[in-house]
Amino acid sequence: MADERDVERVHFCVPDVKSRVTQSHLISAGGAIRAFKAVMNKKVEKAFALIRPPGHHAQRVVYGDRGFCIINIEAVMLERIRQEYGDLRVAIVDTDCHHGDGTQDIYWNDKDTLFISFHQDGRTLYPGTGFIDEFGGPGAYGYNINIPLPPATGEEGFLYVLDNVVLPILDEYKPDIIINSAGQDNHYTDPITHMNFTAQGYAELNKRLNPNIAVLEGGYSIEGALPYINLGIILAMAGIDYSKVHEPGYDREKLKQSRDITEYVKKVAEIVYNRWKDRDNLYIKDIRGKDYVQRQRQVYYDTDNIMEYQTQNFKVCKKCSGVNTIDSRSDTGYHIFGITIPRDACSSCIDEGYRLYKYALNKYTSVYLQDRVNDKYLAK
Amino acid sequence: MIVGIDMGGTNIDGVVIDEGKIIKTIKRPTDRNDLLGTIWTTFKDLLTGYDKTKIKRINLSTTICTNAIVEGKTSSVGMIIEPGPGMPYDFLACGEKNLFISGYIDHRGNIVKDLNIAEIKDGCKLFKEKDIEAFAVVSKFSTRNPEHERRIKEALEKEFSQDETPIITMGHTMSGKLNFPRRVYTSYLNSAVYKSFKEFAINIKSSMEREGIQAPVFILKADGGTMNLDKAEEKPVETILSGPAASFMGISALLPTEEDAVLLDIGGTTTDIFFLADGVPLFEPLGIKIDKYKTLVRAIYTSSIGLGGDSAISIENKNIKIGPKREGKPYGLGGPKPTPTDAMIFLGLMDGDKERAQKAMTLLGEKMNMEPKKMAKLILAKMGDMIKSKVDTILGEINSKPVYTIKELLYGKKIEPKMINLIGGPAKILAPILEERFKLPTHYPANYEVANAVGAALARPTTEITLHADTSKGRLSVPELELYEKISSRFTLNQAREKALELVKESAKNLGATEEELDAEITEESSFNMVRGFYTTGKDIRVKAQIKPGLIHQIRSDKNA
Repeated sequence: MADERDVERVHFCVPDVKSRVTQSHLISAGGAIRAFKAVMNKKVEKAFALIRPPGHHAQRVVYGDRGFCIINIEAVMLERIRQEYGDLRVAIVDTDCHHGDGTQDIYWNDKDTLFISFHQDGRTLYPGTGFIDEFGGPGAYGYNINIPLPPATGEEGFLYVLDNVVLPILDEYKPDIIINSAGQDNHYTDPITHMNFTAQGYAELNKRLNPNIAVLEGGYSIEGALPYINLGIILAMAGIDYSKVHEPGYDREKLKQSRDITEYVKKVAEIVYNRWKDRDNLYIKDIRGKDYVQRQRQVYYDTDNIMEYQTQNFKVCKKCSGVNTIDSRSDTGYHIFGITIPRDACSSCIDEGYRLYKYALNKYTSVYLQDRVNDKYLAK
Repeated sequence: MIVGIDMGGTNIDGVVIDEGKIIKTIKRPTDRNDLLGTIWTTFKDLLTGYDKTKIKRINLSTTICTNAIVEGKTSSVGMIIEPGPGMPYDFLACGEKNLFISGYIDHRGNIVKDLNIAEIKDGCKLFKEKDIEAFAVVSKFSTRNPEHERRIKEALEKEFSQDETPIITMGHTMSGKLNFPRRVYTSYLNSAVYKSFKEFAINIKSSMEREGIQAPVFILKADGGTMNLDKAEEKPVETILSGPAASFMGISALLPTEEDAVLLDIGGTTTDIFFLADGVPLFEPLGIKIDKYKTLVRAIYTSSIGLGGDSAISIENKNIKIGPKREGKPYGLGGPKPTPTDAMIFLGLMDGDKERAQKAMTLLGEKMNMEPKKMAKLILAKMGDMIKSKVDTILGEINSKPVYTIKELLYGKKIEPKMINLIGGPAKILAPILEERFKLPTHYPANYEVANAVGAALARPTTEITLHADTSKGRLSVPELELYEKISSRFTLNQAREKALELVKESAKNLGATEEELDAEITEESSFNMVRGFYTTGKDIRVKAQIKPGLIHQIRSDKNA
């Protein structure tokens, strides 16, 4: 089981961890940590954490439940592992049909955690984010990659994106660990999404992606898809023949995507890949010369019907990824201030973090400090 | 009077128990070429001087099926397997001829793709060419819906109608647990040993008739329970590896406890290790491994080490090596190699030829620059160390096993033994050594040499059922009983519990259990909602019930006498 500290390392739970997190979440994250440890200790080559509840919509600030997520399982898992095993260069590839907006938020400014999400276009599906220009904070500009795909994308489109965007980027990034945030709601029978992906497709994707760890995310076609997709992923990860895994009524011809979609997907892939290649120039254009980068957002908690308004402020630091803050209030009456000292923080950023904590204004209902360098978490 | 007979690989042991007292015991060597003869002469000797009409039941643990497998004397089996979508299935081919057919049933029992009877008819030609003697039919998820297995069986019976009724095992009758590969292997083994056991059963029945004995005969199972002879003929696979279960029941009968404990049966060739958690035996989670096959046969958890009184001893690089093989009798009894038994004889702890035993110890001692007496003591100490180290390893494994439910994760019990209870030939001699090693109270019963036969005698019928209710389909199934019936959409977990208890008792009665032996309990239960699209369509209720393995009565034996 994960503990409170594992959650505090990643989230600002408002008002505190106990009020937001249930035992189920700690068990779920604990299961993922256990799977990751088995890989790190070389007990197994790869692991698939089949855990519930899922986590990829949970952001840094947690007022409640969003898209069935309260804490971000992958992030809680990964930060615990980094704490125990030291720094790791990690790529998280999110194959859930919904944009992994929580994971994006958590690793927004972390160059050592490359986040790639492919999902149904945010203009057509919850949570309505995940566009190409969401490119990362100043400390990790270009290391947050979104690939929005049109509804009705099939095997061909997903595998095209994998081969032409994801794998080339991973080749260049050279991560120590690849994590698949393995949502299964791109399936053609899923009742809440509109994609045409298949069990065979998911298996093939995992074979080519070859993740060290997969962590279960969403998937709502309980009878018609999940047993087949999960088996497909497990067999693919284990290097066992999965050609005999077919869901009932599977018909490859019927599920073929239209030519329009193929063309559209190709265009998206090209734009995304070119932006990655051009990330240094884009940094010069968009970030250089600034001392701080600010980001204002509204976050809607669909499950709990809460609206949050936040301003994130990232220091542009030459020596590290920079201390950063969140000023957040919600329509439930809280107004909080959270300060994050990142893992690689330089001494002046550490000092600045503690100064911000000490002199925070009285208007806040709570002030939090995450000191990732010393693994210390304060609240007042 | 109850008669218990335990046939082991080396010895056959028998006891007669009357009104809670052991009134006669017997031990003689097993003639592997004439198992039935061995049983029969043991039986006759056991009952000389007693009134045969007073026998209430005869409990028998037999190696008939185990031997058939070990000696390759099983029937040739034709397998018909319906694997459905999923993993590659070639590894399931265990019969002499294996037919993989199309069609499939999903995990909820829906027929997704129908059977193609023509495939089976074609397969039967191959079976006929090969002179196949028995069949097993297994379709994936047949426990959820046995229709395909039943129809394949009918088709087979039709094809082979000119012969006597063909032997056909259907997968869903073997166990209610889900596990397709294990179901395939279990069904295969059941058909493979069917004939051997049937012949044995017929012989027993006719001999009994000849002798005018009317008492019911029960056969021991690997879970420490029994079943009557008729049931054993249907499921002979359950009689395999019942020997360790007899030992276990023997220790439980003679040294009852409600605590965590390590139970040991130290024999001539091996030491069997069992565990009790709060006095309840630890079971194999899914089933026992027989030969190279993992099965669904319910069994008491056992681990065996090749260490016993007659294990061969050698010295390698100034280290004593005991076992894992037995290379004949002990040196002191005319065997080729020094053994722990020689050490015991030399130290005066056991009867035997002390001079030859001394020679054995001297031979070993020379290689170690050690006096014979010191050598003998060192050997016994080494036995203690080996047992302790194995027990510690297994306990570590058991206590760190993955858990499968949230409840187990939160309230998971760890086994912390409070005592060691042991039986077997060297029990008395090794007790003080083990007590010192484990730092735990160590007990052995007065009748430690025939404890296994006592266990066989006092075992009573056990059975387990798996009830599955799907309220959205309105279906209830209990594969072990071939029960598939309609239920209301409002069927509840409570009703499921009651139904399961009622059914498991009924099932035990069919195995020959008497009213007072029907100690039924629920062992597992779960109920969760099923969702299709956006709506809850019903409940999936699963309940397991069992008749607890238990004893007809306990015999409080003198401890460490």
